[in-house]
Amino acid sequence: MSVSARPAHETGMEEYQPVFTGKVLAELQAILARYPTKQGALLPALWLVQQQRGWISDRDMTEVAALLGLTPAYVKGVVTFYTMYHQHPVGTHFVQVCTTSPCNICGAEDVVKALLEATGAKELGATSPDGKWTVIEVECLGACGFATPVLINDDFIESVRPEKVAELVRKYQ
Amino acid sequence: MGYPHKPHPKETAVLSRYFGDPDARTYKGWVKRGGYEAWKQAQTMAPAAITEAVKESGLRGRGGAGFPTGLKWSFMPKEKKKPHYLCVNADESEPGTFKDREIMRWTPHALLEGTAIAMRAIQAEVGYIYIRGEFTEPYAIMEQALAEASAAAVFGDLKIHLHRGAGAYICGEETALMNSIEGKRGNPRIKPPFPAAVGVFGLPTTINNVETLAAVPPILTNGPAWYKKLSLSNPKSTGTKLFSVCGQVQKPGNYEVTMGFPLKDLLYELCGGMQPGRTLKACIPGGSSVPILNRDETESCLLDYEGAVEQGTMLGSGGVIVFDDSADLVYQIMRLARFYAHESCAQCTQCREGTAWTTKILERILAGQGKTSDLDLLLDLAENMTGKTICVLSDSCAAPVVSGIKKFRSEFEDYIAGRRRPVMVA
Ligand SMILES: Cc1cc2nc3c(=O)[nH]c(=O)nc-3n(C[C@H](O)[C@H](O)[C@H](O)COP(=O)(O)O)c2cc1C
Ligand code: SF4
Ligand code: FES
Repeated sequence: MSVSARPAHETGMEEYQPVFTGKVLAELQAILARYPTKQGALLPALWLVQQQRGWISDRDMTEVAALLGLTPAYVKGVVTFYTMYHQHPVGTHFVQVCTTSPCNICGAEDVVKALLEATGAKELGATSPDGKWTVIEVECLGACGFATPVLINDDFIESVRPEKVAELVRKYQ
Repeated sequence: MGYPHKPHPKETAVLSRYFGDPDARTYKGWVKRGGYEAWKQAQTMAPAAITEAVKESGLRGRGGAGFPTGLKWSFMPKEKKKPHYLCVNADESEPGTFKDREIMRWTPHALLEGTAIAMRAIQAEVGYIYIRGEFTEPYAIMEQALAEASAAAVFGDLKIHLHRGAGAYICGEETALMNSIEGKRGNPRIKPPFPAAVGVFGLPTTINNVETLAAVPPILTNGPAWYKKLSLSNPKSTGTKLFSVCGQVQKPGNYEVTMGFPLKDLLYELCGGMQPGRTLKACIPGGSSVPILNRDETESCLLDYEGAVEQGTMLGSGGVIVFDDSADLVYQIMRLARFYAHESCAQCTQCREGTAWTTKILERILAGQGKTSDLDLLLDLAENMTGKTICVLSDSCAAPVVSGIKKFRSEFEDYIAGRRRPVMVA
């Protein structure tokens, strides 16, 4: 299922389409075999939801909870603990920029500014009017010697400099 | 280190020998380079003999605490009554540290081989490699390597699984990591009980860092005596260590040197020194959680566990953060405090409140609204944050603040007295 399938459960009106059917369900079953408890599969299951839907809605959490024998409230508690799970829809291109000290001292804040400008997202955490871009600041990405690292969805890009940002953004347009 | 620049003649490339060589990533390429010989050897050894060899080598944990690896393995129950687990800590999130990422990217089989050997030593049937969620590329490479090795039936009955994190520094703390594997929030647990008694899924568990485990195969093939001899200063620190150097140096990157190597040489020779016209001001040698060194201390520091302690800091994870004379240390310390405030799991009051208030006070100082009493307040807070919480994240926030104020007090006072223009808005 593509990201454009989102509005179906955003409105809350349409019938809920489960994430875990067919291939995705088979994937979850393979994952369950790796852990001695069903609960152990929670983080991987949430990743599967996010890969399918682009974010994790309350109804998705309820589905996961039922599959793993947990309560929806428990699943929500876990989702909110981890910063990489989206509880709201985000732009098609989700951009994470490191601004922790080692990158900061090498000019990460200017990279953030350039990204906000080039993508039209304007503000941190806001999505650009065309729905394509969301830019957020994150803490250390574990690549401090390659300041400034930027994650665009699953693409990990090293050594981004402000003057290279416009070109980088163009590649994803 | 071979990537992204050629190794320096003063480096000792054991772990980094094949960095930058994509063929070494493949199963075939690894075997061609002598890979999995150590694992074969381990399979002929009794578990206790493997542990003994690692003890003899003097290898200490590279995740931050420097705990002797063989000794840690020996804490696992000898008589097996329940399943045993190994957790591999590939959460690498300590600011300044990016070495485990390179091990996984270039030599994934070195990690898998070390993992298998450790599993035999502690008699574990299942091993989880916990990779931080942002490490998309290392994850894919590890996945491929694991698939190739499994297809070649290298590990016999051992089950090795990858587990992807989802964005939380605290999951690098060993018991938080175990909770995270169990499908829980990543809150550190109160110790004791220690993981060797009650670990992941309540069963006996050992946890090791990526670099620690990658060092095990060469120890077996070359012998513990060889490893033990790799020591330039204190015999309690043996082997080679990857130092991730970042910040204001000409050539940041990973450098592998023998324990006891002078920090000065690492910075001025291997890393090409400061940018033109700049001089060294300060350095954090072991990841953001250890005290800051001033220039004199940096230039006298020997890179081993004891050498770092001698300068009043710690070797930690080996993440070396460099600041030159243009750096605003007040701002950078605020940025580190903000990191810890963001990453606190909020279980302990001292940590939750302490990290938040430390950040607020530093922001206030940077906004030109600091009071003279703020520095004492920060030190007071820091004292309350040290040694009083479930894990040491709280202490880690205090370390750069306390050492920063002690060694660079005038920079803070300049903001407070209005001698320096505010750089933040209140
Ligand atoms: C807040 C916190 C974060 C940590 N993060 C990491 C980490 O990202 N990687 C790591 O290997 N160890 C980390 N550690 C240390 C681990 O708790 C543990 O000591 C280590 O993984 C043990 O492996 P070793 O003995 O091989 O070093 C962290 C500790 C604390 C308190
Ligand atoms: S010290 Fe901080 S991070 Fe560690 S357990 Fe307590 S609140 Fe959580
Ligand atoms: S501080 Fe930016 S990647 Fe570590």
